[in-house]
Amino acid sequence: MSEPLANRRSVLRCMAWAGTGVLWTVAGGVPRSFAFSDRAGQIAAKDSGLTFVQISDSHIGFSKEANPDVAATLSLAIERINALDPQPAFILHTGDVTHLSKPSEFSTAADILKTLRAPVHVIPGEHDVIGDDDGSEFSARFPAAGRRGNGWYSFDAGGVHFTGLVNVLDFKAGGLGHLGDAQLEWLEDDLRGLSASTPIVVFAHMPLWNVYEPWGWGTDDSAQALAYLQRFGSVTVLNGHIHQVQQQVEGNTRFFTAMSTAYPQPAPGAAPTPGPLTVQPSRLREVIGLRDVQIEGRTGRLAVTDEPLARPA
Amino acid sequence: MTSAHTLVGTALATAVLLAMAVAVTPYGPFAAGATPPAAAVTIEEFAFVPGDLTIAPGTTVAWVNKDEAPHTIITDDKTVRSGALDTGDAFSHQFTTPGTYSYHCSLHPQMTGHIIVQ
Repeated sequence: MSEPLANRRSVLRCMAWAGTGVLWTVAGGVPRSFAFSDRAGQIAAKDSGLTFVQISDSHIGFSKEANPDVAATLSLAIERINALDPQPAFILHTGDVTHLSKPSEFSTAADILKTLRAPVHVIPGEHDVIGDDDGSEFSARFPAAGRRGNGWYSFDAGGVHFTGLVNVLDFKAGGLGHLGDAQLEWLEDDLRGLSASTPIVVFAHMPLWNVYEPWGWGTDDSAQALAYLQRFGSVTVLNGHIHQVQQQVEGNTRFFTAMSTAYPQPAPGAAPTPGPLTVQPSRLREVIGLRDVQIEGRTGRLAVTDEPLARPA
Repeated sequence: MTSAHTLVGTALATAVLLAMAVAVTPYGPFAAGATPPAAAVTIEEFAFVPGDLTIAPGTTVAWVNKDEAPHTIITDDKTVRSGALDTGDAFSHQFTTPGTYSYHCSLHPQMTGHIIVQ
């Protein structure tokens, strides 16, 4: 527990897009953090539990100035993941796999994702369900065991319960992300049989806390979902959507948004609109990347590391 | 809400808009056989401009996306919907029945607008 101060600085550096990796460990709801470079040491030093990787917002089909080749940067992220030793148990893709839900974009994305050595679990972003009101087309493209309703599902791995939520359907005018009553009922039921000591990881595309309402960066009925999660000692919520690392703590629940593999977006309110943020091409890989998560087998602690594709020169 | 709508690709969008701009008579009735009235809404900086547009029945409204980000048009009752509009893409829809049509962008629902047909 001697690291937190130093590593809090690391977090800030990362959030400022200076490119420093940060490793978070959540011990009974208390976060600790380490430098990313310690990952191998962490695994060697402790009993190596489950590790997984989160990627997000690959936006296959986007080709504008902010990143003319999003397929290349997704492939680079996958190259990094495939080089991890030990390999992660699986990859979570938290949505906006494609830019415009076009069949050709889905095909390209699927071809690239197939190069992952580990299996991938996918949940849709709003860019993946344009014209797909119930998420069925997306679910058909990325089948997952146990998908229910409009594509939500859960699974267990390494003693952790993973719940994938869909909050990108049925947006209301002027509104935010939306889970809907059917999904909330399912969630309540899904969690019912679990002991309060089971670590929970919730993954969804849009943030489940209110990051910035003027840009729609939140989920209008997330409070109900969080109420169902309240009794658990360790809840980790992983989102994408805003193309940058942001974090929030509420009780035993820790929220993290992830970088995109495609392009960054401005910090909340830092620009007139949330449109793509164009950085110098030589700096792009410092502001996009992936997230590595370790779960210690013995303690169920979660360690979260955000790793850009390149470190600043 | 009976009427036709079309999604126009990037290459045609400008030409269509120009043609419509020439033909704009949004407030007056139009004679049989004349070019139907048309009006335009620009999508820029994550907003519909103008946000509220008043037109005569029979007017065709064309939306053109000038943002780098894609947007969509969907009425709140989902009866009119555009599909994805990438940069430069246009979508048009003819409004024949008087009323107020509230719409938003299905990707960025904080973007809202109204078409008032009277």
